[in-house]
Amino acid sequence: MSKLLVPASSKVLFLGNEAIARGALEAGVSVAAAYPGTPSSEVIESLASVARERNVYVEWSVNEKVALEVAAAASFAGLRSIAVMKQNGVNVASDFLLHLTASGTRGGLVLVSCEDPGALSSVNEGESRYFARMLEIPLLEPADFQEAKDLTKWAFELSEVIGNVVMLRSVTRMSHASGNVLCGKLPARSRRAAFRYDGPIMDSQAGPMISTPVVAKHLLHQDKLQDAVALFEKSPFNRYTGPARPDLLIVTASACSLYAHEAVEMLAVEKRVGILKLATTWPLPPKLLTRHLQAAKKILIVEEVLPFLEESVKILAAGLSADIRKKPHFGKLDGTLPQAGELNPDLVAAAIGKILKVKLQKLPASYAAEAAKASALVPVREQTFCAGCPHRASFWNIHNAIALDGRDGFVCGDIGCYSMAALSPATGYSTMPTLHSMGSGTGLASGFAKLAPFGLDKPILTVCGDSTFYHAVIPALINAQHNRADITFIVLDNAGTAMTGFQPHPGLPVSAVKETVPAVDIEAICRAIGAEVEVSDPFDLDRTSKILTRFLSEKGRLKVLILRQACALSPEKKGKKRFEVAVDETLCVGEACGCNRLCTRIFRCPGLTWDRTKKKAVIDEVICAGCGVCALICPQKAIVKTDLSVSPS
Amino acid sequence: MKKRMQKTEKNVILTGVGGQGNVLASRALAGMLVDAGYVVTIGETFGMSQRGGSVMSHLRISPDEVKSPQIPKGRADIVIGLEPVEALRVLAVYGNPSTVVLSNNRPVYPIGVITGELSYPSMEVIRAEFQRLSASSRMIDATGAALEMGNPVLSNVIMIGALAQTGLLPIDRKMFEKEMNKTLSADKLAVNLKAFDAGVALMK
Repeated sequence: MSKLLVPASSKVLFLGNEAIARGALEAGVSVAAAYPGTPSSEVIESLASVARERNVYVEWSVNEKVALEVAAAASFAGLRSIAVMKQNGVNVASDFLLHLTASGTRGGLVLVSCEDPGALSSVNEGESRYFARMLEIPLLEPADFQEAKDLTKWAFELSEVIGNVVMLRSVTRMSHASGNVLCGKLPARSRRAAFRYDGPIMDSQAGPMISTPVVAKHLLHQDKLQDAVALFEKSPFNRYTGPARPDLLIVTASACSLYAHEAVEMLAVEKRVGILKLATTWPLPPKLLTRHLQAAKKILIVEEVLPFLEESVKILAAGLSADIRKKPHFGKLDGTLPQAGELNPDLVAAAIGKILKVKLQKLPASYAAEAAKASALVPVREQTFCAGCPHRASFWNIHNAIALDGRDGFVCGDIGCYSMAALSPATGYSTMPTLHSMGSGTGLASGFAKLAPFGLDKPILTVCGDSTFYHAVIPALINAQHNRADITFIVLDNAGTAMTGFQPHPGLPVSAVKETVPAVDIEAICRAIGAEVEVSDPFDLDRTSKILTRFLSEKGRLKVLILRQACALSPEKKGKKRFEVAVDETLCVGEACGCNRLCTRIFRCPGLTWDRTKKKAVIDEVICAGCGVCALICPQKAIVKTDLSVSPS
Repeated sequence: MKKRMQKTEKNVILTGVGGQGNVLASRALAGMLVDAGYVVTIGETFGMSQRGGSVMSHLRISPDEVKSPQIPKGRADIVIGLEPVEALRVLAVYGNPSTVVLSNNRPVYPIGVITGELSYPSMEVIRAEFQRLSASSRMIDATGAALEMGNPVLSNVIMIGALAQTGLLPIDRKMFEKEMNKTLSADKLAVNLKAFDAGVALMK
């Protein structure tokens, strides 16, 4: 039996995202939709693994906006539904979200945004909390694993009370952390879907689901939000621990409340500091806040990324007595806490220490000095493509074609593992100078290609992954074709959403719940748009570079190259070597070769290393994935590959 | 045999390089401890940060309390290294004079080392640094033992076996078997138990 379906009263170790999934199951969720994105993907993966047993419809949607639309349809039909995404996914979904919050919902609809303070697995530190304020919907933030489950369950109930979307925000340190969870009951029965739209326009349960009459519905929406505030005032999820009249009141939420508790313990200031841990961070419950602000001498707001909570507390305090207004409020705005990056117990302890003038007990100075010396010995471990990664071969081809062309062409980047080509430039052979949001590489390329009359006359290339292609690239590609943008568009098709853990996408004949579904062919779409399309294996350096060289030289139109080779970590490939690769020491002439150590200095595969004693290249058998590409680049032919798929007969 | 509950909290950091099975090892350890009645918090990052980069799982083992998923600097009780310089990287930030270190001795060279821009300290230097910065330390050839078993990734389970043998945490073979039984097929379970035993043997 799946861990997710353990009976009530079981205590299990759940990933934060699994706890959210269990909470949704306990609430009787019927429909779950998402686009994968770290750190959010495990919510849907967990639900997909029990979809049949629990009669839940689970899908990987083409993007976050569609995921929210799929979830909303279920809500309109009276079912409970959940849409899950990472922080920037909320931006993608936001146009529909704006209209959805205006029309309202029926069955409980929870939007889960898993955010990434510090951008541990993102190229932004985006914030979605402001959407809750802007769109006037409740925002809930769990502070531990039990709460991740319980709060998710409650979010569905709350959504039905106010007839609108409830947003639940998690962070990497919650979604990808694990802890004990005491499970509750799973409902015995699932709801039946029925969509009524024959009632009067203002009837939220039986009328049409539209946002008009806008002003009247907006007022109703705001009224309902006050019902949420009333519940927040008494919510057991908002908890205070500490003395009745603290010297310092910490107002916090999410993983930050765990940092705050730890920091108070580290400084041994339990008798002086109180912690108000809020789970309902927008709208703030004013009475609860006022009571605690009244009792404290000073206030510190602890949160990650932008000062959202701090602003909310200050706005509230501005309307309170002069006594409260005069109390010092510390946080991000005055620089007590860092204004960017994620927090940790040490940073929070430093902030508390500064306010209360308490020193943290430090390690002996001699130890600290030794530790600093040891740190200096440790080499930086730069992120890179894995051994056997098709992207390394693709960028090798791209780099060589650009170099041969000689006009300093460049690549507009996109979001996926191949983003590494921009984040760590040597990994992409310094070909990729731009990196923004999903699909924006193609849009940028489309724009760059129009700058020739202004003096920027270079070959413009762009790349995107197979999953990204469907998510956001298609409109930009149509734009390029229609506006005659001369670009070489390269799909790095590695047969799955590799970056986030091999979730299927519309190009594959399999769904989230492993059913057979129609695959939507990238090649056919590109041809239908009217582009010239070539398909190649990036490991075939000869053929791939010929196509690329030709594409760069042929001006005036959109050219598409699909580079197909499965990810080295994909389940069908992992641990299976295509080639046994070895360096023939009699052929490798080391530094004397004149190749400038092409294999180990330029190619940069972690499976191909340099023996400092022998001064020759050597394959690390533990790391090498057996792709055989390095054998093609050695000018001495000293790297030898033996095909393991051919059985010796 | 049911071990007596420890009353004190323990902070354990498992570290290595993306792809070495760090996450699985930390979950297996945590799963055993949750079953034994502890409140365990694991903090880790995976996703882009694991592509060839350093990875680290923070395990907080408490008799009664959820802890921060990040261990404060200088407060690790045990550092388990699936890769030796990663163990040193972590020890230099999270170690203190009473930290215990258990590390695999097989390097995974960073790209900067492969290209020749950076240097990788010798095992003697790493061993000396471990000794300077810990109460006790031990390096074992877990990857070597795993290669003998035909799969280098088993080094993570070998490290768990070795850790069990130290007696630093209330875990044993039975608990490991029970934990693996939750998810693995019979043949995979046998391989993992063999790897666990290999870890135990390396510590004898």
